[in-house]
Amino acid sequence: MSETFILIPGRTSKQGCGISEGKFTEGYQSEINLLQVSPRDMQRLALAEGERVRLTSETGAIEVAVTAAKGDELPPGLLFIAYGDLSSRLMGGDTHGSGMPTSKGLDVVLEKIG
Amino acid sequence: MSIATKKNTAPDPSLKIVQDATCTFCGCVCDDIDLSVKDDHIVEAKRACVLGKSWFFNHHTDTRPNCLISGQPATIADGVERAAQILAGAKYPIIYGLSDTTCEAQRVAVGIGDWIGGNVDTTTSVCHGPSGMAFQGVGEVTCSLGEIANRGDLIIFWGSNPAESHPRHFTKYSLMPKGMFLPNGRKDRTCVLVDVRKTKSAKAADIFLQIKPRKDFEALWVLRALAQGLELDAASIEDETGVPLSAWQDLMDRMKRAKFGVILFGMGLTMTRGKHLNSEAVLALVRDMNAYTRFVAKPMRGHGNVTGADNVVSWQTGYPFGVNLSRGYPRFNPGEYTTADTLARGEADAAMIIASDPMANFSQAARTRLAAIPYIALDPKETPTTRAATVAFTTATYGINTPGTVYRMDDVPIPLRPAFDSPHPSDFEVLSQLERRVKQLKAAVRIG
Repeated sequence: MSETFILIPGRTSKQGCGISEGKFTEGYQSEINLLQVSPRDMQRLALAEGERVRLTSETGAIEVAVTAAKGDELPPGLLFIAYGDLSSRLMGGDTHGSGMPTSKGLDVVLEKIG
Repeated sequence: MSIATKKNTAPDPSLKIVQDATCTFCGCVCDDIDLSVKDDHIVEAKRACVLGKSWFFNHHTDTRPNCLISGQPATIADGVERAAQILAGAKYPIIYGLSDTTCEAQRVAVGIGDWIGGNVDTTTSVCHGPSGMAFQGVGEVTCSLGEIANRGDLIIFWGSNPAESHPRHFTKYSLMPKGMFLPNGRKDRTCVLVDVRKTKSAKAADIFLQIKPRKDFEALWVLRALAQGLELDAASIEDETGVPLSAWQDLMDRMKRAKFGVILFGMGLTMTRGKHLNSEAVLALVRDMNAYTRFVAKPMRGHGNVTGADNVVSWQTGYPFGVNLSRGYPRFNPGEYTTADTLARGEADAAMIIASDPMANFSQAARTRLAAIPYIALDPKETPTTRAATVAFTTATYGINTPGTVYRMDDVPIPLRPAFDSPHPSDFEVLSQLERRVKQLKAAVRIG
């Protein structure tokens, strides 16, 4: 199964605290390696909490564990991940003359692994 | 009061108290933090938010060497010599980062950029750089955070999530304060959140408008049209933005009725397709609104002194980021001289990274280039960038170990009140030594 979503990388409290605690600490690494999916999409795609999926953008691919977004934080069709090494691997190098790579609102294909 | 309580409140003589210390984690730059310090550990940080506490509690002395050359411990003098040789001998050197260090260190870094004829760019270029471009196109109707606290009766957050990225913004500046013209504080204000996600900040808002992803520009232009009184097609507006026209009209009515309206916008605008055009739309809308009432816009700045970086680079070169000094005078061109581009295109042949982590935050193409060229890194913490650096300096933490000046997100300069000394040199000290040596090397080339 594979399906196209829009990915929003962004800040979280845990990710922010993790920067101070150290980027090689467990807390930071677990936060930036977790993909939030809307509960409706989790159910529709039969994704289990902690299950690993592959995300592929125009320029890169990552493998990441999923978790259901809290309440109605995410509408169906949207994914969220904390800024970090993994989210940056999905960004392209081109900034379209702005200096800023498109870092939010990325088209990604989500596939279940295995 | 019980005896036990009295004992608990007695001051511990082994603790050093630093009053009104400045937190430099985020752009709020809260300067009302009372620190209790035991040796090289901060054990209490009164009034700090969750991010501030993590900042203060996790910056005790790092035991790593002051300097590593190719991963091997070295003296600072040897590190400075190697770094100077790398920068002075490069054809297209770049200097990047700077948003988590003092203005004093930033000033020296720009000086080095001038001597080596390289690029000076800051993390602004991948933060509110697009807003910096928009300021030049539209201008900025602006104010200080103090004015927002005292006057702002309609507060709109657009594409920003202060509950997680600037936790004290609500309580200190934008929502809760009882201001000179808002005696009832929160009750006298209306808060609107516009975002593609119903973030944790939605709980603080009176009105939440959930727009479709990548439709910020369209939504802002709907508001610009409504400000002019133009009639719009309800079905197409809802289809385009995801929000009914009636909700946009209600917002516009509130904006016109407000005495002092504020739009605080975040990277939901600048990092999404459209980028500087999204920021321009905010600034143009706010400019339009001043035909009806007082209205201002402020970008929500992330790093502790990213605003200082904009100010310092502007004082010295005339431009805020993405500056090239190779011709002996400054040129500004985002997309050409910005670091994400010079690395991803394989142009830069040496780099100095100060207090930032492009090896974790940049595109794969940019990281691959940075890993292939000699570069220098200055950081208090070990990061993917310091690990792969040719020369890595472990530096003291600004605000916790070193004094200096930082700029709050509203361009107000604030002094730092350090808590304890560090065995590591400050960014300013390392950069000052490096500037002296680079000058010698460059002067020798010119004379020779």
